[in-house]
Amino acid sequence: MEAMVNVFLFGKQYRVPEELTIMRAMEYAGYKLVRGCGCRNGFCGACATIYRIKGDRELKVCLACQTKVEEGMYVATLPFFPLVKEVYNIEEVKPTEQVMMQLYPEIYACVGCNACTKACTQGLNVMQYIAYAQRGEYEKCAEESFDCVMCGVCSSRCPAGISHPQVAMLARRLNGKYLAPKTEHLEDRVREIKDGTFNELIEALMQKSVEEMKELYNTREIEK
Amino acid sequence: MYSEKFTESIKAVEAAREANIAYEPARMTAKEKEDLLAAYHPDYRKDQFTNLVIGPNKGEKVPHELAEMLQAGSRIKAEDVDLTSPDYDVDVLVIGGGGAGSSAAIEAHEAGAKVMIVTKLRIGDANTMMAEGGIQAADKPNDSPAIHFLDAFGGGHFAAKRELLSKLVCDAPEAIQWLNELGVEFDKAADGTMITTHGGGTSRKRMHAAKDYSGAEIMRTLRDEVLNRGIPVVDFTSAIEIILDDKGNAAGAVLMNMETGDLLVAKAKCVIIATGGAGRMHYQGFPTSNHYGATADGLVLGYRVGAKLLYADTLQYHPTGAAFPEQIFGALVTEKVRSLGAKLVNRDGKVFMHPLETRDVAAASIIRECSDRGEGVDTGNGEAVWLDTPMIEKIGGEGTIEKRIPAMMRMFGKYGIDIRKEPILVYPTLHYQNGGLDISADCMTTNVENLFVAGEAVGGIHGRNRLMGNSLLDIIVFGRSAGKSAAAKAKDVEVGALTLGHIAKFEAERAAAGITGDEVSPKLLPDYTHHRSES
Repeated sequence: MEAMVNVFLFGKQYRVPEELTIMRAMEYAGYKLVRGCGCRNGFCGACATIYRIKGDRELKVCLACQTKVEEGMYVATLPFFPLVKEVYNIEEVKPTEQVMMQLYPEIYACVGCNACTKACTQGLNVMQYIAYAQRGEYEKCAEESFDCVMCGVCSSRCPAGISHPQVAMLARRLNGKYLAPKTEHLEDRVREIKDGTFNELIEALMQKSVEEMKELYNTREIEK
Repeated sequence: MYSEKFTESIKAVEAAREANIAYEPARMTAKEKEDLLAAYHPDYRKDQFTNLVIGPNKGEKVPHELAEMLQAGSRIKAEDVDLTSPDYDVDVLVIGGGGAGSSAAIEAHEAGAKVMIVTKLRIGDANTMMAEGGIQAADKPNDSPAIHFLDAFGGGHFAAKRELLSKLVCDAPEAIQWLNELGVEFDKAADGTMITTHGGGTSRKRMHAAKDYSGAEIMRTLRDEVLNRGIPVVDFTSAIEIILDDKGNAAGAVLMNMETGDLLVAKAKCVIIATGGAGRMHYQGFPTSNHYGATADGLVLGYRVGAKLLYADTLQYHPTGAAFPEQIFGALVTEKVRSLGAKLVNRDGKVFMHPLETRDVAAASIIRECSDRGEGVDTGNGEAVWLDTPMIEKIGGEGTIEKRIPAMMRMFGKYGIDIRKEPILVYPTLHYQNGGLDISADCMTTNVENLFVAGEAVGGIHGRNRLMGNSLLDIIVFGRSAGKSAAAKAKDVEVGALTLGHIAKFEAERAAAGITGDEVSPKLLPDYTHHRSES
């Protein structure tokens, strides 16, 4: 007999095997998930979950697909949270401090409570990346926020109403497009292709018999 | 933090580590690979396939689970739906909100078309989001699109449609540039040079990455761009039938709200199927690295209106799915772990293959190690082999894992396994649908007018096996292309009277072939519900 634990899904008690993730426990109990379930592997942020262990005062957060059930776990999933997503034209914005002031001015109302960081399901230093965004330090904001899955739990805990994942999203796009160094070899190669530099080579491969292609493939040089 | 039963094997792996790092295993010959695949690759297990008895690919073999869905009945009858007052009327209808669908929508919008996305979960709930290792493009001076072509063509067993593959490799650098200009971050050196690595079967280091969140970084940026452009995204709504017009051309889709069950009609001048893969079909009982909605819907939608499939009998089993702990069973362990130097090691600490063979060969080799050779590690939930991740820190220096594959470190770290210090257990997991709908280079299906396809739902780009990093590439290249082609085509389309006549026609074919089951398709979501709890 497998070891069982008691969990409280939206307050209702179920007994489930202790090795299950919260998501699997919900399915074990009979939930057919539509909301709150996406990649099931910790990348999409669909299954943000808030829980408390019976007797413990502290609220904890996690991704339901990445976290095992525990005895006395009270679970509330957060399949959607109304983040503010401002619309902008990536071709027209500039990576200056002003863009944050215009689009997400609430970040300057941060009271420094650090609830966002405590609420991050990925263990990121959320308050720190917001501080970088306030100062227009988008490269640092991008790096600090890189592993964000945009689940939105941080924003649900924020007294200033900040939509942290969207702020970070903007910072990363500004960094990727405007601040990170340009790639010369990429630009060169795109130009060469447009100029038809490789047309003959490709055309030759298009015409060769499978036997000829096998020979070429099996004897090709492999870079160390 | 492994239990005691693994201790002895881990000690063997540790003892051999220094020697294993120095050891360069030989690559297999063409003959060795062929024999290995025939004996151990799941695609070669005849009893796992059946011949289709109806539809455009009648007589061809596909996995049992797929045959059931392709030949199942519709979820609706024509009379359930009023086609005379569509809820949506657009130039281009994109079905699917992953990387291919989003790229298609952006390009169709750029071309001035009225475009909408319909997706059964949220935009970004897609295999794109979960692609970890990287995206290929031949943009380094020692590389060329021709070398990329040869690698992919050989890796795919010389079966790719060459006009599709040449488009893939020739448009690759521009795809990277397009993404970068949208703000996608790539791992770069200080001077802007892309930091690139090998993937299995590549002959040049052309794998571009954004740590091991490559797909997530691409997907969230594309999603942001779709939203910035104000492209309508109808989420939690699946497409359950393609609608044709009286000329037999694709002209929209019947949609179903996933929460309320309500039916809606979308009329369109062109339809793009970008529904992705099929891992949640769990072919041959394999676990999968795919997202929750990967149930081959697009193949079913297309097949029922007569679109042909190509290579629907070939699946990709990613060699390194997580095999332990049970909570992450089947989850993807990116190939980049091997690109960075980790080798595959058996129970006794022996390196049993070159770590960068193509995926089908690597998967077959692991299955052989765990079956006939009896060199697997018993995980309590099947056999597995070690992927010796601590090698990466020894080769690349301390901190390499945290910097280059943080998602892997986090995934195992949650279960008390520090991959910098301890090896991990892996076994093949169902990863990718090599086959799909047959298209020409403009992304339109070869036999249904105005029906376009992009992304994993396409068959033939890669042949019978796909190299790492060519799927993130194909969703961008063919997604963009489908969007442009459909927008251009839509300008000349006069949609005729809408009809769902194909449903009754398909039902008659089913009856004539003696298919009596009450299965319906598309599947939409897997059923993992147990209803077993005591309370």
